Parts: sequence; C-alpha cells; structure tokens
Amino acid sequence: MTVKGEPSVALFRNMAGEFFATADSCTHELWSLGEDSDLEDNEVVCPLHMARFDIQSGKPLCFPATVALQTYAVEVDADGSVHVLLA
Amino acid sequence: MGTLIVGASVAGVRTAQALRMRGYTDSITLLGEERHSPYDKPPISKEMLALGAGAPVPLLSAEQLADLDVDLRLGARAIALDLSARSVETSDGEAFAFDDLVIATGVTPRMLPGSDGLAGVHTLRTAEDAEAVRTRLMIATDVVVIGAGFIGAEFAAAARSHGVRVSVVEPQPVPMAHVLGEEVGAELTRLHVLNGVTMYTGVGVDSLVGDEFVEGVKLTDGRTLRADLVVVGIGADPATGWLETSGLSLDNGVVCDEGLRVIGAERVYAAGDVARWPSPHAEGSVRIEHWTNANEHGALVAASIMGAEATPPPPPYVWSDQYGHRIQIVGRPSTGSLARAFGSVDTLPYAAIYTQPGGRIVGALVVDDPRMFMKCRKAVAAGALVDDLDLGIAAGT
Repeated sequence: MTVKGEPSVALFRNMAGEFFATADSCTHELWSLGEDSDLEDNEVVCPLHMARFDIQSGKPLCFPATVALQTYAVEVDADGSVHVLLA
Repeated sequence: MGTLIVGASVAGVRTAQALRMRGYTDSITLLGEERHSPYDKPPISKEMLALGAGAPVPLLSAEQLADLDVDLRLGARAIALDLSARSVETSDGEAFAFDDLVIATGVTPRMLPGSDGLAGVHTLRTAEDAEAVRTRLMIATDVVVIGAGFIGAEFAAAARSHGVRVSVVEPQPVPMAHVLGEEVGAELTRLHVLNGVTMYTGVGVDSLVGDEFVEGVKLTDGRTLRADLVVVGIGADPATGWLETSGLSLDNGVVCDEGLRVIGAERVYAAGDVARWPSPHAEGSVRIEHWTNANEHGALVAASIMGAEATPPPPPYVWSDQYGHRIQIVGRPSTGSLARAFGSVDTLPYAAIYTQPGGRIVGALVVDDPRMFMKCRKAVAAGALVDDLDLGIAAGT
C-alpha cells in the first residue's frame, strides 16, 4: 500500500508477515510501487516497465532500474500498529 | 582494447551499464550514429510530439554517464566490420579495434516508395523525426497515418491531441489482427474511432500525391485522402547493411545463440532489435523490437562477455500509450488464441487472455488496469491455466 505524504512511502508485507517500507515511486520513472505493483518474496516489480527492486535493501535487480529505492525502517508495536521511521 | 559497442541506444547503453555493474574494468567504447547523447526511444511517438516538448529524454544522467567510464563517440556511423582484423570502420574513416564486439544498431524504419524528396512525409524513429513531425503538426490540418501498428496508433493519438483531422490507412481488414487476433484488434481500433479518427482498413496505399510537399495519399481502391502531413509506420528492418561484407550470419537480423553470441564468430555479440535469437519464450529464433527486450539483452550480453550465468529473461512485455490509455501486453498472444475477454474500451478496464489448446495462458493484453495486468503477467510466467485465473471480474466470452 501507499502512504501518501512528503515523502510518499510504499509499505509492503511479505508472505512471512514482515513489513518493509521504501520510497513509493519507482526510481526509473514516476510510478507508485505501493498501489499496483507485484510482490514476489521480497522483490517488488513496477507495473510500468517491470523494473524490480529488493524491498529490504532497496537495490535495483534488473533494468530499467539502475538507482536504488530509499528504504525506511519499520517498527511494529505490541498492539499491531505499524510505524514507518522517516528520519 | 576492451569492448566495442556499436549503437548507443537502449541495448548498447544497457550493455555498457551491465558490464560495469558486473565489475568489467577494461575499456568500453560506445559508437552512436546520432549526434545526441543516448536518449530514450518510447517518448518519440508519445510525449515528444506534445506541444512544447523539448529535448529527448536522456537514458543516463550526466553523473551516470561519467560514472560509466565509456568512450562515447557520437555521430560515429559504423560502415564495415573486419572480423580478421577485429576492427570496425566508421563513416569518417576511423577504425576501432576490439576484443569483444557488441552489435546494437537497432532497426531502420521502412519508408514508402516514392516519398523521396517529398516534404511532409515522415517516419518516427529518432529525436529529429519527432521534432520535424511536431513542428509540422502545428501547421497541419489533415494528417494521414499509414500503418496501424503501435507507432501509427500512438502517433494518431498524439496528432488528435493537436486538434487536426486524422485518418489511418491499414492494409489488414482489422488492425493488429496478425498479433492480437480480430476481436481484440477490432476493440483497440474502436479506441481510435471513439477519439475521432477515421479508419481506412483493408486498403493499401497506391501512391503519394504532391510535387514538393505532400498533398494527399492515393489508396489502392482509387480514393485519395487529402494530407499535409503523412506519417509512415509500416515496420522496420534490422540495421545490418554495414555487416554485409563481414561474413557474419545474417537472416533478418544478426543470428545469435541463446547467450546472444553471434553464430560462427568469436567474441561477437548482438543485442536489442537487431538480434535474432532463440528466446526461451519462443519456438525457433525471434527478433523482438520491444524496449524491454533491448534492456534484457543488455544484461544478457554483459553476462556472456563476462562468462557469467545470466538470469533468464521474463516473458516479453510491451506497452503503448494511446489517448490517455495504457495498453499493456505480456507474453506472445500470437502463439495462442483468444480465450477470454473482459470489459470493453468504453467500459474500461479491458482485458484479453490468450491460451494454447489445453488452456495454458501464453499471453494477455490489459487496458488501464496495471493491477490486473500484473496478475496476468504472473499467470503467463507460470504457464497457468486460464480456468485458474481469477481477475475479479466476469468474462465476456
């Protein structure tokens, strides 16, 4: 999902239930990764040109992406609320 | 001597980038025929035709280009390859020696016979083409598009946004039918009609009318369409003319193995539109003129040069932007037949699923629903059965 704001953040939950947060837009062209992208294990695929990133490290995994995604730390509270640390 | 890459568009530039990412430390020389620094091609038939559009979209930022550490030669057109001397000659007489050679010269758009010296008749392949067509669109009133493939369709959409009258001439009775089948071809054709384009299908072009400037297009059924701008989108041929004396094996493209190594030559590779190779997603060998294919080839060639294992490419993917709508296609619809269609271009989204006998999904087309498209892409990659595909909407057929 996308958390809109400055900056907008894409928040992912993988099949293991872990949360990861990255910048929302693909680094190749402006397009939200939180909205329509595909998550396969810990890899997100941008639906525009099929760029792939590791959501844990932000690293680009294939062309056309060559620039890493900004990543953010995520904390999950005991009550289940999820916090993305932008600082 | 290092690696010489002939062609500084997507495939060539991605090859250089992939080599550096893999830790290649030898020299890389990149020859570009055009005078521009490497730029992206998809915007040529899209954003670059809009009023006020500027310079071509660079493939690399200045910083990325500097970091790439390549000897980039612009305006350098390769004219011959000497395999025994292992050297490429350019039109200004310079010779470039290499250890490894990557052929990434792309394709040349086909032109209509009889258009020589007739102003107002264009193809769309380069930044110069886009600029010339955009300039012409500002004064044109009657635009004729020849060929209803992706380039023609995208140009028709861009031309309509300039408020000019647009006609499209296509020899197939149903545009895109050879790739997408008649039903889906007809549906996509309706996008043009809904947006005020006049379609002339099942009819060819007899000749262009005009002395100095184009004035019309005469059709094979005798009708003549008024025209002050004609854009020709009737396909393209691999740019292999400069290789004809080289002895390399050419067959509608440079013939390569699965690692894009040119058959019968040592340490010579081809990448992008110019390469014919046995794609894992096709039977026999294919030449694919998709932007994504050029990206994937760059990565694949670099792996071959470095003697490394490459990730197999994902299913073919192509997209087209028309009238504010995004058409996305995955797999190879032409290798199957239409199994399901969802929605229509009036009630978007629209989706079409192609299967082989037995129900295995081999291709899909989706208009305006990236999420649905990604589901289809996954199904194509997995070779899933159409009965197992749940797109969350009811099928029309």
